[in-house]
Amino acid sequence: MSITLNGKSVDLLEGVITVEQLLSHYHIENRIVIVEVNKEIVMKENYKTISLSHGDVVEIIHFVGGG
Amino acid sequence: MLKIADRTFQSRLLLGTGKYPSFDIQKKAVEVSEAEILTFAVRRMNIFSDKQPNFLEQLDLSKYTLLPNTAGAKTAEEAVRIAKMAKASGLCDMIKVEVIGDDRTLLPDPVETLKASEMLLEEGFIVLPYTSDDVVLARRLEELGVHAVMPAASPIGSGKGIINPLYLKFIIEQSQVPVIIDAGIGSPKDAAFAMELGADGVLLNTAVSGAKDPVKMAQAMKLAVTAGRLGFEAGRIEEKEYAIASSPTTGMVTS
Repeated sequence: MSITLNGKSVDLLEGVITVEQLLSHYHIENRIVIVEVNKEIVMKENYKTISLSHGDVVEIIHFVGGG
Repeated sequence: MLKIADRTFQSRLLLGTGKYPSFDIQKKAVEVSEAEILTFAVRRMNIFSDKQPNFLEQLDLSKYTLLPNTAGAKTAEEAVRIAKMAKASGLCDMIKVEVIGDDRTLLPDPVETLKASEMLLEEGFIVLPYTSDDVVLARRLEELGVHAVMPAASPIGSGKGIINPLYLKFIIEQSQVPVIIDAGIGSPKDAAFAMELGADGVLLNTAVSGAKDPVKMAQAMKLAVTAGRLGFEAGRIEEKEYAIASSPTTGMVTS
């Protein structure tokens, strides 16, 4: 299954199905991030239940320095 | 005391968190500034390269109010999307509406700013729009119900200071919501001047982060904002064309 992740096409390993698993795969499960799937924000409480599908467009966003 | 919506703040200095030489210097500068409101930008995380430290994650978030901006947005819809992302973090419900309409001057797009502010108010955000020094736009934004207006002193990052004090004064005079002078501040005198005009607060970033000694400049800005505010509250003397002696003009020992 491949998805577009932060603008880049990536093939997901087997076993990476939910948003939670995606975050763990990139070792960012404990970071302050916001996840958007197909332009819909995924709330934290749904990370476990939302499954990714082939062709999904996923954005992982965070806060950076700014004025 | 600065009051925005239902929140109160001791400090009238709002500090940006971009472009510091190091996290260590940034941390010290933020501490020394005694700012309670810090701005941030919302961006894609660089998940494909090595983990990079993140300033926000090193902060004691119980001590600060986060004011994310919508920088990068060119339309109201993009601004709303960014604002919703920021709010989904669960860390903030304030948003600095920043919709840039011109790449060279980074001046805000007034039409999109107004539209974005309206949409975000409907979504329940505490809305602080960054605007130019347009007096009528500031009034229209206030009529929509924004929680503060943030007119620029001069273009973002320019350090040119207050180029139109008259219009800023008009905005300050007419506004019932806080007026925070945002962008263009270059030196402590600019910050003090903004406060002397009667502004409720000053938001700056590059003036501190780009200074030779950001920590010292953070302290200078803190003092300048306090001095300017006290001066405004105290009520300055009228300017006169000619000298008026401060010492008594009678009882001279030389006569």
